[in-house]
Amino acid sequence: MAESQGMNLISPFVGSPALDHPDPEDGRRGTGTRDRLGAIDLCVTNLCYKPCRRVPSTLHAPSGSRHQMSFADQSMGLGLRALNRLAGLELIDRAGLRGPAERLVYRSTRNGFRAANAAGRSFKSVQGAGKVARQSTAKRSKSFDLTPTDEQQMMVEAFGDFASDRLRKAATEADAACSAPDDLLAQSAELGITMLGVPEELGGAVSERSAVTSVLISEALAGGDMGLAFAALAPAAVSTAIGLWGDADQQATYLPELTGEDVPAAALALLEPRPLFDPFELRTSARRTADGFVLDGIKSLVPRAADAELFIVAADLEGSGPALFVVEAKTDGVLTSPEPALGLRAASTCQLKLEGVELGSGTLLADGSPDAYADCVRLGRIAWCALTVGAAQAALDFLIPYVNDRKAFGEPISHRQAVAFNMSNIAIEIEGMRLATYRAASLADQGREFAREAAIARRLCATHGNRIGSDAVGLLGGHGYVKEYPVERWYRDLRSAGVMEGALLV
Amino acid sequence: MTINLEVPKKFVPLVGQAHQVAQEVLRPISRKYDLAEHEYPKELDMLAALIDGVDQGGGSSGAGAAGVSQAEANGDGGNRNGSNMASVLSIIEMCWGDVGLLLTMPRQGLGNSAIAAVADDEQKQRFAGKWAAMAITEPEAGSDSAAIRTTAVLDGDEYVLNGEKIYVTSGERAELVVVWASLDPKAGRAAIKSFVVERSNPGLKLDRLEHKLGIRASDTAAFILDDCRVPKEDLLGSPEIDTTKSFAGAMRTFDNTRPLVAAMAVGLSRACLEHTTEKLADAGVEIDYDRPANAQHAAAAELLELEADYEAARLLTLEAAWMADNSKPNSLHASYAKAKAGRTCVDISLRCIALCGSAGLGEDELLEKWARDAKILDIFEGTQQIQLLIIARQLLGLTSAQLK
Repeated sequence: MAESQGMNLISPFVGSPALDHPDPEDGRRGTGTRDRLGAIDLCVTNLCYKPCRRVPSTLHAPSGSRHQMSFADQSMGLGLRALNRLAGLELIDRAGLRGPAERLVYRSTRNGFRAANAAGRSFKSVQGAGKVARQSTAKRSKSFDLTPTDEQQMMVEAFGDFASDRLRKAATEADAACSAPDDLLAQSAELGITMLGVPEELGGAVSERSAVTSVLISEALAGGDMGLAFAALAPAAVSTAIGLWGDADQQATYLPELTGEDVPAAALALLEPRPLFDPFELRTSARRTADGFVLDGIKSLVPRAADAELFIVAADLEGSGPALFVVEAKTDGVLTSPEPALGLRAASTCQLKLEGVELGSGTLLADGSPDAYADCVRLGRIAWCALTVGAAQAALDFLIPYVNDRKAFGEPISHRQAVAFNMSNIAIEIEGMRLATYRAASLADQGREFAREAAIARRLCATHGNRIGSDAVGLLGGHGYVKEYPVERWYRDLRSAGVMEGALLV
Repeated sequence: MTINLEVPKKFVPLVGQAHQVAQEVLRPISRKYDLAEHEYPKELDMLAALIDGVDQGGGSSGAGAAGVSQAEANGDGGNRNGSNMASVLSIIEMCWGDVGLLLTMPRQGLGNSAIAAVADDEQKQRFAGKWAAMAITEPEAGSDSAAIRTTAVLDGDEYVLNGEKIYVTSGERAELVVVWASLDPKAGRAAIKSFVVERSNPGLKLDRLEHKLGIRASDTAAFILDDCRVPKEDLLGSPEIDTTKSFAGAMRTFDNTRPLVAAMAVGLSRACLEHTTEKLADAGVEIDYDRPANAQHAAAAELLELEADYEAARLLTLEAAWMADNSKPNSLHASYAKAKAGRTCVDISLRCIALCGSAGLGEDELLEKWARDAKILDIFEGTQQIQLLIIARQLLGLTSAQLK
């Protein structure tokens, strides 16, 4: 490292910083592997899965006894309940109890709107105790610290293993099939994904707001595959929204299911299909009636919508602006139509059409509070940033061994500055994206303003995520363009991420 | 205890003080010394004395003083916000005021950092409180500092230095100049040593002061070393030629100064952004952070883009400093910060001019000056390209022979 100084003009306003660093070789070395998957049947229209309906599980109100042992109360800290589930999952796998599951039909061709999951479960309306439960905001931190807690670190490792062992391997096929394997979704649910944004007394995993934890986990999952991570995390957006903004009855009705043994597919639908979409100018409308509301409109790129049993839909409530509504899939006038897209295909994205959907008065979240809605938009953007960071890092980890192994003109292409500098720029921008995302999430956890930070993280991730996807393909050349490698999928997924609104929450 | 990227509470007063100094002392004389290049900014003597006083009182946690060594073991093994963090935070504020004036702050030279890094205790004591500049670059050796030709030959109790040095910041004003010279040009980089030369040494001849694009408040000197005799005890560190480590050790000094230059770039970037945000608000354009950029005025969207890159540069800088404070190897992250902040401040300053129109170009405002000052921050302490090289070699595990 002979070169490092240009003009030595510096005269810093400082003392001399630490010089006792053991070794500059601290690069984030990639561990990416080139998993060549076999030939894939791309003819998705020929796929025909038998419809498989889950048996509606017994509905139950939250029982106090189940939650008497609060880990947080025992100062065991964040996320232990979720970790516990993780351990259980491995046991189940070893015992071979999980059989191959069947999937719902998902056609990647547009075939018109159909009634949403009419066979889905009925959510029996349950009266809450009259008192809502909320996660508390995290204590304001006094010092700058980038170290995750021990629990967060353990969860990141566990989710990271799941991502690399399972998601990455299933990614190519799921992308082609526009469908995530049921067993993977079930395992994701068992990992406790839907519990993170839910208060402990309602079956959640943690007592404090933990957008940072959700960011770390989302990043880890997207490191396996962004589309599968999207599919897996979709129900968590709904449980988190109800945890954050639901009233006692809404919490009592839906959270036990969403955090239970058989987590339903569920989706948060904000995006609408039009250019220059602005989540604060919705065309989906909610008209007030004597008994409640009537919703009309179309939502776009709603994950697993054909399969979903529960939606949260953003609509413009007449007279008061955008608001969130809980919509059960069985409700009349709730229709879905496949909407396969450039990327994120494993999440079986659909358009969701609301045709004169009549809802009761108890379906409005947060009393239609504009602040809650704005937070929902912002938290969604942070979630997309987390996925972008995870996928971009996966691309970088994949590229490192590739450019070192690939030879041209008698030497590895990494020995050329045109290639090497491109790699440096990818690494620089990913770290900037990551830090901006963490900062926004951390401010949210601490109950501080985070609109600016969320916007900044989104701007960075949209711009650089897109470029990284494109550069990754470029660095592989023709290899980047064929489906033998995961790189063309990152190209597509990373483009989608900067466009998405809602659908995820941290 | 939890991930948090806000300014540490204990440094909030320091940031406030530094900002006040920047606003009340630096900004008012910013244009004056930009126009009066090579004139000594005498206002800084008072300021330097004040900073010395604050530091002796322990009020600044190590920032703003020369020769602090830090990152000593943290008793409880917990998180530490130390002098690296304090330094970058105060530099950000000072460079929001004026980069050139910060660079010429008495007793805060890069030479002071080098002495603190390499000197033994006796030397540290002997040179304490003196303003030290740093002389590395030569007309034929810029980024390739291992190629320097200045020689040092032992003659009795003295080394005799011969050669030419350029781009010595504060070279005219400092009391000491730390000179890099080779004990044996055939022995390569391991033979390169640093020597403390008194500015008054008759063999150290000031050749000229440069006229520059920006940072004109800071003098940039060129020297001729003409049989310059230096007592042999003024060689910093060991006189042995150890081919296994000595040059790498010297270069590692710069792992710790790169975040400081990044901090300068961050401060200057913020000055440009704040100025432009204000001007655009007068013109009726403000960023709405909630609405999609594409649904806003193009100028607002551009400003948001610049602000996002500024924030990335700032956070990367804080991260590099935090790592140093916590004894985490930060060579890679220091270069992330320097590369991102350096190019970002050039980009921001030039695009802010475009957003402000002719007022951005005119000398009535400081924006045109900041745009001139900015470019050096993407050059010194390792150019943009050098940073990308450092990053790529670490990322890819390549040597300098493999990735040239």
